[in-house]
Amino acid sequence: MAQIFHRSTNTLARVSIYGSVFVLLVLSFVLYGLSKSPYYTEVNEPKDQPVPFSHRHHAGELGIDCRYCHTSVEDSSFAGLPPTKTCMTCHSQIWTNSAMLEPVRSSYATGKSLEWVRVNALPDFVYFNHSIHIHKGIGCTTCHGPVGDMPLTWKANTLQMSWCLECHRNPEKYVRPREKVFLPLYEPPANQEEMGEKLVAEYKIPEVKKGNLMLTNCTTCHR
Amino acid sequence: MSADRASPIIEPGHSFASVTDQISAIVLGRKTPRGWWIGFAISFALLMMLNIAVTYLFARGVGIWGINIPIGWGFAIVNFVWWVGIGHAGTLISAILLLLRQKWRTSINRFAEAMTIFAVACAGAFPLLHMGRPWLFYWLLPYPNTMYTWPQFRSPLVWDVFAVSTYATVSLLFWFVGMIPDLATLRDRAKNRITQVVYGVLSMGWRGSAVHWHRYETASLLLAGLATPLVLSVHTVVSFDFAIGIIPGWHTTIFPPYFVAGAIYSGFAMVMSLAIPLRKFYKLEDFITMRHLDNMAKVMLATGLIVAYGYMLETFSAFYSGDVYEKFMVLNRWTGPYAFFYWSLITCNIVLPQLMWLRRVRANTLVLFVLSIVVNTGMWLERFIIVVTSLHRDFLPSSWGMYWPTQWDIYTFFGTIGLFLTLFYLFIRFLPVIAISEMRGLVKEEEGKR
Repeated sequence: MAQIFHRSTNTLARVSIYGSVFVLLVLSFVLYGLSKSPYYTEVNEPKDQPVPFSHRHHAGELGIDCRYCHTSVEDSSFAGLPPTKTCMTCHSQIWTNSAMLEPVRSSYATGKSLEWVRVNALPDFVYFNHSIHIHKGIGCTTCHGPVGDMPLTWKANTLQMSWCLECHRNPEKYVRPREKVFLPLYEPPANQEEMGEKLVAEYKIPEVKKGNLMLTNCTTCHR
Repeated sequence: MSADRASPIIEPGHSFASVTDQISAIVLGRKTPRGWWIGFAISFALLMMLNIAVTYLFARGVGIWGINIPIGWGFAIVNFVWWVGIGHAGTLISAILLLLRQKWRTSINRFAEAMTIFAVACAGAFPLLHMGRPWLFYWLLPYPNTMYTWPQFRSPLVWDVFAVSTYATVSLLFWFVGMIPDLATLRDRAKNRITQVVYGVLSMGWRGSAVHWHRYETASLLLAGLATPLVLSVHTVVSFDFAIGIIPGWHTTIFPPYFVAGAIYSGFAMVMSLAIPLRKFYKLEDFITMRHLDNMAKVMLATGLIVAYGYMLETFSAFYSGDVYEKFMVLNRWTGPYAFFYWSLITCNIVLPQLMWLRRVRANTLVLFVLSIVVNTGMWLERFIIVVTSLHRDFLPSSWGMYWPTQWDIYTFFGTIGLFLTLFYLFIRFLPVIAISEMRGLVKEEEGKR
């Protein structure tokens, strides 16, 4: 009886068995890499806005306090986006003829809001509150990155759950004194761990390591 | 006793060639029988109904089903447990009976294993469909993820994932490895090129050399060893889904053994439901003899009595505990709104199967077939009673409710029967339903006796 398969089939069979293991491995690495890549997370990718607003200029160079625009950050879950009239407190006096600011003036004239492009958005099934983080000594730049140095704003962190939990499990690595929370540029001191431990105790932050699971309880964020 | 023992596990007068001819002809025969087409068409129509039901489910969500608090587990979980249970007989026949050297398993193990795989496929679909967002099913698996969390390993629902997926993998491997020599037989007997190539690829270069046989035997034994604990562990874990919960009617220690017995009971009933028509239409009475049916009826009788003991003990411990909720649960099953289903279950699972004590009944294929369907129904009702009656009367009367399936529950359930039968029809048509190589072994032994 004639052979059904050519001799090369033997090699082909072996290669396909080992090959499939290899392909599966590579595929899982690629998927893992993609889930961490800026292509998927949008981290470090500046977004175009209707007006090229620069946090570096306003917060970094001019030193305007974060709360001047994001007024509700201390009292509310939402930090707040400024209405056009907040822009106009200064820009009715300076740069009044700037072409760049034309959308701001027309928004002010017509009463139609500027439509900013959202940079940091959490999924709807996450309950997040700005005020509690501010009051427990978590600075703006801890999550939002070096805002005082951003010509156009970008997302500085993935906002993935692993990132949230990293801090909820080890708050002492990130906490800072309350008076430094609103600094637009901040470098943690060399003795962060030591200071952090102290602040965690002082601010009564529940510590997972000491058995208080409040910060890692599912229902803390997924209500 | 002596009469049963004397009746053979393969009718006399068969040679190597006649066994091979008759079994491989089902696959390689030119003409597909008309009965096959009719059966396949009906099953396929049911499968398409499943398709529609699932598509609509994905579009609208689980709200189209009858489930709502307090009964969050409706048909989906009932059907899941029922299908997983059915699979167990296949594993018992192929693994445990192999290790116990029960020769009578030879002619039924192939299609019983196929039944296991198809039943597990149907079962596996239900927990996924029951998820609110089935496209995120992979969250059940522990893998490095962006959430920094593991699945809740303290939950039996996670154990279920491992139990059922291990079970599916081992069963599939066992089935396939066992089939390789037969696939090679089909390859060698195939007349046209396409058939040769397809069976050639599937038989993975089998030439029947001594080395091949040696490895084949070793692999079969290893897989049988792996599959044996699964017969007990899978349904034990499934029973934990209930027993770990503190709901009256679920929270009892009898659940694991009683679930395993029930699984084997329903599984043998399903093997019987498949074997009786199969041997008749394909004239396989020489291979699947009355001895097989008789033995299976006896296994059903034994496991059925274990199940009956489970029901008794459930009732006993409810009253013995003195717990008001446990007692109420039992009384509510007897007289509550689902009492009709409870008493139907007792009739189907305990009363009617006692007929199998009679030899005349065990020798009558029609009665056996009807009884096997009755037991399958009874075992489905058992899961319905466990899931629904336990949930619908909670500790607080203010949170009591009722559950009735919607049309979509029913379409999905019968749809999976369609899936099961479609796969089974394809299996009958394209793969050897009886292990040819093992049957040749039996022929040799029979000759040796003479």
